[in-house]
Amino acid sequence: MPLVTMTVNGTVVSAEVEARTLLAEFLRNHLEMTGTHVGCDTTQCGCCTVHLDGVGVKSCTVLAVACQGAEVLTIEGLATGDALHPMQAAFREHHGLQCGFCTPGMIMSALDMVRRKGHDLDERLVRRELEGNICRCTGYHNIVKAIQAGASAMKGA
Amino acid sequence: MYDFHYLRPATIDEASRLLATEPDAKPMSGGMSLLPAMKQRLSRWSAIVDLGGVAGLDEIRMEHGALVIGARARHVSVLSSSVVRAAIPALAELAEGIGDPLVRNRGAIGGSVANADPAADYPAALLGLGATVVTNRREIAADDFFTGLFETALEAGEIITAVRFPVPKRAAYAKYRHPASRYAVVGAFVAETAEGVRVAVTGAASHVFRVPAFETALSKSLSLDALAGVTPAYGDLNADLFASSEYRAHVIGEMVRRAVQACLHPSTPSRNA
Repeated sequence: MPLVTMTVNGTVVSAEVEARTLLAEFLRNHLEMTGTHVGCDTTQCGCCTVHLDGVGVKSCTVLAVACQGAEVLTIEGLATGDALHPMQAAFREHHGLQCGFCTPGMIMSALDMVRRKGHDLDERLVRRELEGNICRCTGYHNIVKAIQAGASAMKGA
Repeated sequence: MYDFHYLRPATIDEASRLLATEPDAKPMSGGMSLLPAMKQRLSRWSAIVDLGGVAGLDEIRMEHGALVIGARARHVSVLSSSVVRAAIPALAELAEGIGDPLVRNRGAIGGSVANADPAADYPAALLGLGATVVTNRREIAADDFFTGLFETALEAGEIITAVRFPVPKRAAYAKYRHPASRYAVVGAFVAETAEGVRVAVTGAASHVFRVPAFETALSKSLSLDALAGVTPAYGDLNADLFASSEYRAHVIGEMVRRAVQACLHPSTPSRNA
């Protein structure tokens, strides 16, 4: 089986995997980092969003072997000890979740949104940019508010 | 997904050689169409030749007055490229409507073109603008490239390296998209070129096609009035859960109308929200 080595949340990890192993499966099954969720497995829902070399991607549609030498950031890599990342804190503050299943993907997608669109995000833009992330509980209202607040809070961070 | 050999060549020549030696190998670009099809076991390959390690395939540049986009240029690179925005803004807007932001971060033009999904957006731009597909072996006019449902003129071992777009006087793409898949239920690309107006439609049949009746009318006058009374006869249009063939025929006319409107008034939003 191919050997793949990548850096996940700052730690170099290495494993022999089948070529067909998806990045999401590698994170969850091989590294036992289950913060990255798989909601649909069809590139629709965005629950599996992680950052690959700094860019948001759906990890259910990326081969682990294609990430040789790459830097991966997952939801587990955001907080500093007990201190939540400002975007995580904003989701808690604004109750940007109900069941919480989509939340890791929402937060990783929100951070990609900030990278691409900056810190001042209007509601319309956030809703459009969230097209790749599906929540089945909240109707998005608080998620949108959380992302706007989190983006703004990151400005000072 | 069935397992496969994963190969990551560093050059196009090496990739071509691998495709020739493996019994049933498939090149992969961004993988946004290929991997979902493999996951559903709709397709199976003995080897995946990942073009991600080939340098220099993602350039976007002007060359002899034409816009050249490397096959590995990601959708996000096309939509945010100042070169594309200056030369063919309609192409940047089209790229901005593909999939969702996370898909656009990863998917690339070469893969989309090679895959020739009947509802994909880029094929409409290639055919509408009269683009040329550049491969490791030859150049293929868009008019000769899309040959059927997920079928192209590409031969075994042939790899798209770039797409060359002539710069039109005006162009626009209007898309009625499926709200969940974000593919085109119907998309129409209208371009005013040196040789007249071209109209290409995606999403409506087995593959992208031109509509001569609209082209003739719009070549006389690129205006909404020119469309009055033009009722093209279509061959077999797609019919599915989302749209009957009769409905698609109607939506083609509406998308062409919106694209013409956007050509005349570039600030008009041509995408449905």
